[in-house]
Amino acid sequence: MPSISRDEVAHLARLARLAVTDDELDLFAGQLDVILQSVATVGDIATADIPPTSHAVPLTNVFREDVVRPSLGQQQALAGAPAAEDGRFRVPRILGEEA
Amino acid sequence: MTSVHELMDYAEVIERFDPVLGLEVHVELHTNTKMFCGCANVFGGEPNTQVCPTCLGLPGALPALNGKAVESAIRIGLALNCEIAEWCRFARKNYFYPDMPKNFQTSQYDEPIAYNGYLDVTLDDGSLFRVEIERAHMEEDTGKSLHVGGATGRIHGAEHSLLDYNRAGVPLIEIVTKTISGTGERAPEVARAYVTALRDLLKALDVSDVRMDQGSLRCDANVSLMAKDATEFGTRTETKNVNSLRSVERAVRFEMTRQAAVLVAGGKVTQETRHFDESTGSTSPGRTKETAEDYRYFPEPDLVPIAPSREWVEELRGTLPELPWERRKRVQQEWSLTDAELRDLVNAGAVDLVAATVDAGVTPAEARSWWVAYLTKEANNRGVELSELAITPVQIARVIGLVNSGELTNKLAREVVTGVLDGEGEPEAVIEARGLKVVSDDSALEKAVDEALAAQPDVAAKIRDGKVAAAGAIVGAVMKATKGQADAKRVRELIIARCS
Repeated sequence: MPSISRDEVAHLARLARLAVTDDELDLFAGQLDVILQSVATVGDIATADIPPTSHAVPLTNVFREDVVRPSLGQQQALAGAPAAEDGRFRVPRILGEEA
Repeated sequence: MTSVHELMDYAEVIERFDPVLGLEVHVELHTNTKMFCGCANVFGGEPNTQVCPTCLGLPGALPALNGKAVESAIRIGLALNCEIAEWCRFARKNYFYPDMPKNFQTSQYDEPIAYNGYLDVTLDDGSLFRVEIERAHMEEDTGKSLHVGGATGRIHGAEHSLLDYNRAGVPLIEIVTKTISGTGERAPEVARAYVTALRDLLKALDVSDVRMDQGSLRCDANVSLMAKDATEFGTRTETKNVNSLRSVERAVRFEMTRQAAVLVAGGKVTQETRHFDESTGSTSPGRTKETAEDYRYFPEPDLVPIAPSREWVEELRGTLPELPWERRKRVQQEWSLTDAELRDLVNAGAVDLVAATVDAGVTPAEARSWWVAYLTKEANNRGVELSELAITPVQIARVIGLVNSGELTNKLAREVVTGVLDGEGEPEAVIEARGLKVVSDDSALEKAVDEALAAQPDVAAKIRDGKVAAAGAIVGAVMKATKGQADAKRVRELIIARCS
């Protein structure tokens, strides 16, 4: 029983806006399965007394002072934009996602 | 987009259904800087001038959490009677949309910083309704899109969109209620009263500008209907773009009448996001909602967990100001108000204004009569909130002072205030420019009194006979002759003196 199905890979690819061919779906599903199975071996050691870890360092409450720092200028901000107009980033029209 | 809706008469809706509400309020904090970077958090700057690699989501940029925003979130949670998490994390909410340059929003998912609270809200008749709070969590605002080429500036028909990321990364607190039921016909009123109470609370906490017109306070209203004999909740819709207190009430009411019509016609309510149109007071379908798992939430690896110590939480509790309802209770006592008077004061949104006017040296009764009676009417006529009128409590106190010293009559005082509201400057300047001083020169008044007495000899005779009440007619004539610029009390004194 593979830990990830071909359909799940297709679904994730769509969410990530990746164009994946049918052949690639088969290939990636197999590869991802190997990765997930390997990672799953961690679960063999984890017992009830070991809490899940999301952060490798035992730090909490790292805060920044609420002090303004210089921003980029408008030109600098837009320098890497494929298209800009009126000081704003220009993007293609957004279809079928929000009205 | 206009679409015709079948709507059910409101009374019939209430007869057949129970409304169920859920309200989500987003509030922008007015910290100096954004949530995860040091860019200025200021409304209305030139586009893309308050941005940096972090809030633009450029590769390699890392977030650094604004401590002040965490502090504000905890204070909001405490004021809403919430429990404060001992340990919580941020999460990434993944989706693609141009207003979110990182392709994920840094938010909190199943570990909100505050949860399980309540807010008691005052309804129009003075009764209290408890709204239970599910959670208040921290997240960041998105950028602003401008849709170009569409007829209405909305996305339909737009050829392309323009993005300004000044707002991207502004600290946002999302406050979510538990299911609100049992309101019956008062559902729209409860919704408005809740957002009003929340706005007043956030203002008192001084954590946000709470300007609905500028988007620093935004409300999404979830509405569903349950048939009277039903045991399960109906399908809900979520109405967005509700940008004023009045709209909250209208949007809920509209959805109730629309959904009821759909249901009785044998149809099904579609679970969807709807968009409120201020001009028509109606809602129209928007984006179809992605299911929760499509966002692929996972703990944010670039921000360490937050574990507010109980000492810190208690310290912050100590910084809570007098909350609006405590303040109301206090002013009611101090100013000896009846419940009805307090309600009028609160409904007019005049508590702070009256308090500030009293602080400027007049009595509560004087301040109240101006703000609640006269200025509320002016605000309505001008289509603005009372607090947005172009006059300050200090100016009102000065006008009241001039009335008390006899330099202005009430009528003249109202004209002075109108002048100030119309932008003619300080009260003194208006008096000067409009020539509104009371005629206090006795010889001028005596002349007017003599003329009036001569014109009405029969009345004059009555007064001489001791029928002092008859003097009213003469006072009226003198006031008319002086165009209202005389002090009626002084005129009466002069009349009596002349006739004795």
